[in-house]
Amino acid sequence: MKITPDDIRHVAKLARLDIAETDINAFVAQIGEILDYVDTLNQVATENVEPMAHAISLTNAFRQDTVREGKPVEKILNNAPAAADNMFCVPKIIE
Amino acid sequence: MEPYALTIHEARQLLDKKKISSAELTRSVFDRIERVEPKVGAYITLARESAMSAAAAADTRIQSGDIAPLTGIPIAVKDLICTTGIRTTCASRMLETFMSPYDATVIEKLKAQGAVITGKVNMDEFAMGSSTEHSALGSTKNPWNLACIPGGSSGGSAASVAADMCLGALGSDTGGSIRQPASHCGVVGIKPTYGRVSRYGLVAFASSLDQIGVLAKDVTDSALLLSAISGHDPNDSTSVPREVPDYAASCEKGLSGLTIGVCREYINAEGLDPEVADTVNRAIEHMKAQGAACVEVSLPHARYAVAAYYVIAPAEASSNLARYDGVKYGFRAPDADSLLEMYARTRSRGFGKEVQRRIIIGTYCLSSGYYDAYYRKASQVRSLIADDFKKAFETCDVIVSPVAPTPAFELGAKTEDPLTMYLSDIFTLSANLAGVPGMSVPGGFSSAGLPIGVQLIAGHFNEPALVRCAWNLEQAVNIANKKPAL
Repeated sequence: MKITPDDIRHVAKLARLDIAETDINAFVAQIGEILDYVDTLNQVATENVEPMAHAISLTNAFRQDTVREGKPVEKILNNAPAAADNMFCVPKIIE
Repeated sequence: MEPYALTIHEARQLLDKKKISSAELTRSVFDRIERVEPKVGAYITLARESAMSAAAAADTRIQSGDIAPLTGIPIAVKDLICTTGIRTTCASRMLETFMSPYDATVIEKLKAQGAVITGKVNMDEFAMGSSTEHSALGSTKNPWNLACIPGGSSGGSAASVAADMCLGALGSDTGGSIRQPASHCGVVGIKPTYGRVSRYGLVAFASSLDQIGVLAKDVTDSALLLSAISGHDPNDSTSVPREVPDYAASCEKGLSGLTIGVCREYINAEGLDPEVADTVNRAIEHMKAQGAACVEVSLPHARYAVAAYYVIAPAEASSNLARYDGVKYGFRAPDADSLLEMYARTRSRGFGKEVQRRIIIGTYCLSSGYYDAYYRKASQVRSLIADDFKKAFETCDVIVSPVAPTPAFELGAKTEDPLTMYLSDIFTLSANLAGVPGMSVPGGFSSAGLPIGVQLIAGHFNEPALVRCAWNLEQAVNIANKKPAL
């Protein structure tokens, strides 16, 4: 599978990235080369092999649902680019 | 000897005997930083003021006899571990001014012991890189040769330890990011077993692979640091409820009863620098001379580790980094009219090229129609890589291998060629994929005077065997006192 400039544009849109047109070709070349290399995985027979999602065998880690002190709202909102009335502010989304 | 040049265990003795105070030690470290930091560039943020108050508090503790192994010891922290009072940038424009509202669990543990945090050290942006050149906030040089990379992504941690700008450091390792810079800077680095150390407060890169670990001037120090930060944490459900041994107790003479495994696929790897191969072979001979038995082991799927990793890690990263959208924290592009435009402009201006490259690879591999071909396939190969280790550890305790195929390369040599940069991680990635612990110990120097590390890998939670091997190797190689000329 060869990755195309349109693939990069499509994926960038999915990933909410605004890639400059002048950078598209460089991404096609570099990512194409990386994906070609990744294709060596096809040399490995993996029929009936379980995919591994986690490095150690841990089953569900349950804990008591106890009430704990939350993080200070003020400190959290201090990091926000825009905040008011204990809320995050974003550009208008409903006309 | 100047106090800054001490190891942690040497400083501990002097502090406990009141021959030096933590304030004197910390001041000495900051004087050293003032002198060599302009050359090395290891730090993103220095925290002199809070460090001096922590040192004063430590001195009071020591006077009262309430002493923990790290009380009064100056430690540097990789800048993706959250600290209150010191910004946590991930070496990214995206988080340049981020102040965490809480301390990571490892930071709480250091503070509980009375350790002194000197500041936050440089790294590749969001830990994506092998040279620290992908930092948006500074350039770190190798203390042994300022024209060379320190390695990465924990390049600031390794360089600050090597240049005596702290007594030890915390780092993180997703594909070799502690072991490779440790090797390149001639220090000791441990990536613990996945689940050994809590990651609460570690900014996530690839969650099934990330692990916090330590970088230190010698093996004993690395063991002390590891004991200090290990343990189960209710705030990290992937941390394992398991007792924490005193790892430094494994620093005992002799290796009889222990079997080392030599991996054919690693020693014969294409592109392995002959000086690196010689260093590893000498290390094997040293360990045999100290009583270790030696067997050959095979990791037949090791050669697919880079391919599997560069699907799995970017896939997880593309998901983890979705949170940087200009809403809750960090940078926001100021000039957007709509929410969608604000997201996209924020992300493409806030993230560097390498981070964007990996987000695109990850999103592509997870996107509709490609998931099975890439992510599922890579996860299956990951199973086979983990099985290889399981089989190998049926016949040996510790696998001995190179850390990186070459000594540190020159700054700028690989930045335009991501695949070549990725391929330099070939020996370290497998341990992350399998979740097993790995360690880098200085094994010697190249003819050009650059450090070369030796990698030791053990089965899950067998860090004591790593420490034991490493300590004996360190005694035999006898270069722990060698310092870069700065």
